[in-house]
Amino acid sequence: MADVRHTEYRGNIHQLQKELMQKWYERLNQAAETGTPHTASLMISGNCVELLEAFGVVPIYPEVNALQLAIRHQSLDPILAAEEIGYAADNCAYVKADIGCYLKGITPTGGKLPKPSLVLCNFVGCNTYVKWFEHTAVLTGSRLYVLDVPFLRLDEPSRDDIDYVVRQLKELVTILENITGKKFDYDRFVQAVRCSAQVEELWSQIKHLARRSPSPFDAYFDAITLMGPLYVYRATPEGLNFFRAALDEMQAKVAAGQGVFDQEKFRLVIEGPPPYPFFRTFRDMFAKWKACTVASTYSTVGGLWEFGARHDPDHPFESVAMHMLAQNVTNRNFLQRYEQIGRYVKDWNADGLIIHFVKSCRLFSAGQGDMRDYATRTLGIPTLYIESDLEDPRYFAEAQTRNRIDAFFEALEHSKMTATAV
Amino acid sequence: MDFERTFDIGTDLVSDLDFARVRQWKDQHPGGAVIGYFPVYAPAEIIHAAGMLPVALSGGGDRLDIQHADARFGSFICSIIKTTLEMGLREHLTVFDGVLFSSICDSARNLCFVMKRNFPALYTDFLHLPHNPSSAASIDFLASEYRRLIQELERMGGRPVTAEALNESILLYNRNRQLTRDLYRFRCQNPHLLRAWESYVLVRAGNVIPVEEHNQLLQDALAQLPSRSGRPRDSIRIVAEGAFCEQPPLDLIKLVEDVGCYVVDDDFAIGRSWFVEDVPTEDDPIHALAESYVNRAVYSSVRHDFRAPRWEGLATKVKQARADAVLFLIAKFCEPAYFDYVLFKKKLDEIGVPHLLLEFEEKQFTFDRVRTEVETFVESLVFD
Ligand code: SF4
Ligand code: SF4
Repeated sequence: MADVRHTEYRGNIHQLQKELMQKWYERLNQAAETGTPHTASLMISGNCVELLEAFGVVPIYPEVNALQLAIRHQSLDPILAAEEIGYAADNCAYVKADIGCYLKGITPTGGKLPKPSLVLCNFVGCNTYVKWFEHTAVLTGSRLYVLDVPFLRLDEPSRDDIDYVVRQLKELVTILENITGKKFDYDRFVQAVRCSAQVEELWSQIKHLARRSPSPFDAYFDAITLMGPLYVYRATPEGLNFFRAALDEMQAKVAAGQGVFDQEKFRLVIEGPPPYPFFRTFRDMFAKWKACTVASTYSTVGGLWEFGARHDPDHPFESVAMHMLAQNVTNRNFLQRYEQIGRYVKDWNADGLIIHFVKSCRLFSAGQGDMRDYATRTLGIPTLYIESDLEDPRYFAEAQTRNRIDAFFEALEHSKMTATAV
Repeated sequence: MDFERTFDIGTDLVSDLDFARVRQWKDQHPGGAVIGYFPVYAPAEIIHAAGMLPVALSGGGDRLDIQHADARFGSFICSIIKTTLEMGLREHLTVFDGVLFSSICDSARNLCFVMKRNFPALYTDFLHLPHNPSSAASIDFLASEYRRLIQELERMGGRPVTAEALNESILLYNRNRQLTRDLYRFRCQNPHLLRAWESYVLVRAGNVIPVEEHNQLLQDALAQLPSRSGRPRDSIRIVAEGAFCEQPPLDLIKLVEDVGCYVVDDDFAIGRSWFVEDVPTEDDPIHALAESYVNRAVYSSVRHDFRAPRWEGLATKVKQARADAVLFLIAKFCEPAYFDYVLFKKKLDEIGVPHLLLEFEEKQFTFDRVRTEVETFVESLVFD
């Protein structure tokens, strides 16, 4: 029987990440109190933060606020407040938590959040985004711009898709000029895009370190720690410094032969967002079995870079468009996600796949039963399918989830032993 | 034929899971292809101009047991997603050569690709309909999307879609939408002569029969309806809102009227009256269709036009229909409808229009609770 153990990330970057995110909230607080800097709400997935950076506009990510709240076990109250005004039990709980916070004046840090100068809905695949930001605009009275990104229904974006997004990005430039009263600084934009490209390279290298055994970090639970700076600071020198430090730290671990577990027993791919309200509990359920995640689809929500794509300072608008169209998991089609999982299983050398169905998010979850069918029959990988939610604590059945995870690893252990015996 | 039989024929058409009429069309048109589309909206004109039969898929109604699709789509997903897949897995869709989906919601989006994997022989495509009508780029983009569709249809052996052919199709569908609007107007003015379920089956029959035949059917009905007899009932006038995609059971629509409502307007089978004005016929009909999607489409929970908020659209509808109340009929787990409910409700509260929310599933047999709720609602209005 495996021993019970708790894990947490033990490196310096966790602390660094905290400081960076704290600093971000302080800037938002300053914006709320003084009116500067300008801010824009936008979505994590396929964001065009480089364009905001060119104007010195600070992003507000309601999703980050919502997940912070859930991790701190504070999401239920705002969810209930939103349900009171008519949101359904089956609406995405991220939206409900965010709207509920607005109604109740709650913020993740206790500081203030500004009224955004612009509600910028980068519509990349999630239809809920459009509703969410429409509601935010109605509630706050802020200006709304929906940047419509064609869904990746073919293998690659077409010329028409790219032109369409670029034309809208240029409309957005005019809107930002009007809001900030500043002229668009093309060089600063190029600089921001260059920064992003470098950060993406670092992030990709970090992800590839998880191909080592033992993996120096958990590509689900620890990757999430690194994701905040990836969205907020990607296009800035601070982001670059952070990811340099992160890569150094990981490389040092690899050089010292250190992994998340000294004796890594199982290597997993995880699909779907985590149950944030039970983040630690959930993590411990895997730690108990010394199971390390080596790749995850959720960590590519903000960008899918481990297969080589980068922003390109020589084609800044086109590359931002390409990022929005093709380089984030939410705008890619379901079969492309199957393929992504397949590549992870093979190249990251995984022994199991966990599909975490979250009831809030149909984008991630609708059809995951078919995905399981694909994984077991076509990929031939042992697969566990579990259900809960990413924000709403009412949907986490702890005992049942633990039992299913234990049963999965018992079976996996058994089949590994039998394979070795043969 | 006795006119009253039309409604039975319509009922049979909308409940036929084997698409007998579609098969019949195919027998009569050797080499002809059938393109199904997930309901709400698809450019049927283009499919028609390619010499193919466009057929709107409307789920499995209450006649299909789900045996396989639950394992693929699991909990918290609306029924039409599962019944559509189930129909495929149980070989109800063999008459189709292709199926089209579009960017209406995340569940439908994923279904498209699950269908693609499970039915590799079927042409399965996804049309991205623009969400940013305030951008001039959206019309050009949609036109390019339609041109892509045309290429695919031509590749499948469809007739070349010339401007002339497309304009002819546009005229036929304009006529169809005009007749549908006439039928709705007639019902709104004479709800005692045409019940909501009757108008519903007449309109929805157009999902599975050629537009030319459907035009005839509607035209005949409009000619006959005024001479129908019926006495006005003591009913409140309601607008039904929210069932634009998955369709409520016929028995539910009947029940609402049985317990004292006139459904004077609704968004059932909304794709059949998608454009609120005629699509213009011009030298570049592809552009005309794209421009119409952006500028003259009906509001819906799955079409986003921030220049004209949907709650204003609902308020106008209520006013024009001289309705006393709104009945939200929302398919269980239909997230776009759930979201819109919040802002619709806010608007109705502001303008003092009473409303009731009912959730339904296409496969639902017991209506006792619903009956009580609607009865109580009606009573509260009558005795107000
Ligand atoms: S539906 Fe999913 S992707 Fe969309 S906002 Fe909710 S959690 Fe995010
Ligand atoms: S009923 Fe609603 S959730 Fe279901 S497919 Fe239609 S629009 Fe999507």
